This record gives sequence, structure tokens and C-alpha cells, in this order.
Amino acid sequence: MSHIAPKSQLYTVFAALMVLTVVTVLISRVDLGSFNLPVAMAVAVTKALLVILIFMEVKYSPRLVQVTAASGFLFLGIMILYTMTDYLSRNVLGVAGR
Amino acid sequence: MSHTTADAAHHPALQHHFDTLEQQQNASTFGMWTFLVTEVLFFGGFFMAYILYRWMYNASFHEASHELNVWLGLFNTAVLIGSSLTMALAVRASKTGERSQLVMFLISTLVLGGVFLGVKVVEYAEKFSHHLVPGPHFQFHDAALKNGAEIYFSLYFGMTGLHAVHMILGGFVLVPLIVMAARGKFGPAWYTPIELFGLYWHFVDIVWIFLFPLLYLM
Repeated sequence: MSHIAPKSQLYTVFAALMVLTVVTVLISRVDLGSFNLPVAMAVAVTKALLVILIFMEVKYSPRLVQVTAASGFLFLGIMILYTMTDYLSRNVLGVAGR
Repeated sequence: MSHTTADAAHHPALQHHFDTLEQQQNASTFGMWTFLVTEVLFFGGFFMAYILYRWMYNASFHEASHELNVWLGLFNTAVLIGSSLTMALAVRASKTGERSQLVMFLISTLVLGGVFLGVKVVEYAEKFSHHLVPGPHFQFHDAALKNGAEIYFSLYFGMTGLHAVHMILGGFVLVPLIVMAARGKFGPAWYTPIELFGLYWHFVDIVWIFLFPLLYLM
């Protein structure tokens, strides 16, 4: 019937999440300039994917569930992208009253 | 499909409007994910505000984030990831029908969630005593960065507060699930509440996975 995760897989994901947590703290202590944020976010996205795919079993779920899960992050991306393109470009043209 | 044989083979947990337990389970999982999509966008509004204000008040955010205790944040991250592991093991135990394991892992999840909230209480108390709570009593050591720092702490309390509310609500759902599990309500044929609560709990973990680097590690 449904997918039953092997215990070893769950423990491995847990260990990976812990290692990545320590890694992100250590990297934050090193000054990488403007690269600190992208690196921290890359680690966070990796951790989130591990939780979503394995702990939340999206990897083993029907396609409908996979598309639904992805849609939430798609709309989040649209919100952030369009809001930031507005704010970041407001001074570009130098038009009075913007 | 003959009506009588279908009824005879009817599992007590199968609702009449579903053909099979698997179909019923898939419908529930789909419904839970639809809710979680709204949750992603609910928290997403806070993350949007954070990104925008961090861009506008970068120096303030940098300075204000140093007021947080990284080690308490790291400890709580480990606790929450640990509770996600026990929750995943609980879902597994419900599917294999190991009742005592299921109860034990659900209680572990509740205890770890309680530890997380306890640490959060210590952290919040520290912010109150250091006058870092936004409002008329807000104080910051650098006057030039004060406005941005106050916005940072508004977002800190808003985001961690909404996250903590989700954990408290999760605790209130977990208690009856533990009682039901102890009474043997769940097994390989029907474990939907455990599975769906697991999805919720992991979602709350994911929110924290992003809050930790954004608020503590700048």
C-alpha cells in the first residue's frame, strides 16, 4: 500500500540535517562578503528539500501531491520576485515622482 | 463492483464515498498539502517583508541580529530537527502497526516541542529585559540604526511568534493523537491523522530551517 521508510533512511536524513545545521553556523562565522546570504540560503533550501522529499514523503507521493507541494513555493517565488523587481527598480529611471 | 461484496469487505475506517483506503488516504494527503500551500504563503508574507526591510535597513539588521544568542538558536534547531525525526519514526510505526513505538515517538515529539518552546520563553524574557521589544520602551545602543533595529525585532517577534503559535497548536493536536494511539486506533489500514499531523509538524520544522539563518546568522 503506502511507502514505509526504512529506519536507516530516516536516521541518515536526520544526520545530514544536523551536519548541514553545523555547517551553516560555521560558514556564517567566515566573512564571505555578499556571498554569506546565498550560501546560507542554499544550505537552508537543501535542508528543506530533505525534509519535504523524505520526511514528508513527497518523493513517494502521487504526482498530484508533488505538483501541489511545488505550487506553494512557485507562488511564493512569484510574490517575492515581482515585489522586489518593483522596489529594486524604482530609482532606475530617475523620473520625478518615480 | 457488487454492492454486497463491497460492503462485506468494507474496512470500518473506509468512508462510503471512497472506493479504497488508498484512494481515501491520497485524498486526505492532497487536502493537507492544499492547506500547507496556504501556510507557505501565510508565512511567505512575513518572509517577503523581511527580505524587503533587510534590503532597506541592511546595517541595522546586521547589528540587531547580533543581539540574538546563536547558541540557543542552534540548540533549538537541533531540538526541532530531532522532533521531526521522532515524528517521521512515529508515522513509520503507525504504518507498521507497532503501537508502543508509535506512542513513544509521539510523546518524544511532544517533549522536544516543549523543550523548544521553553528555550523560546528564555530568549523572549531576555529580549524584554534588554529593552529589545518594539514599542515605547525600545532601546538600541546605536541611535543611527535604532529605527531599522526596531523593524528587525518587530519581524523577529512576528515570525518566531507565529512559528511558536503553530507549535503550541501542534501540541494541542498531539495530545489527543497520543491518547488515540495508546488505545490502538491506528494501524497499517488507517493511520491518516498521524500521517497528516506529521506533514504539519515537518512544515513547522521547515519554517524554522529558514528562520534560523535569516534571524540568527547574519
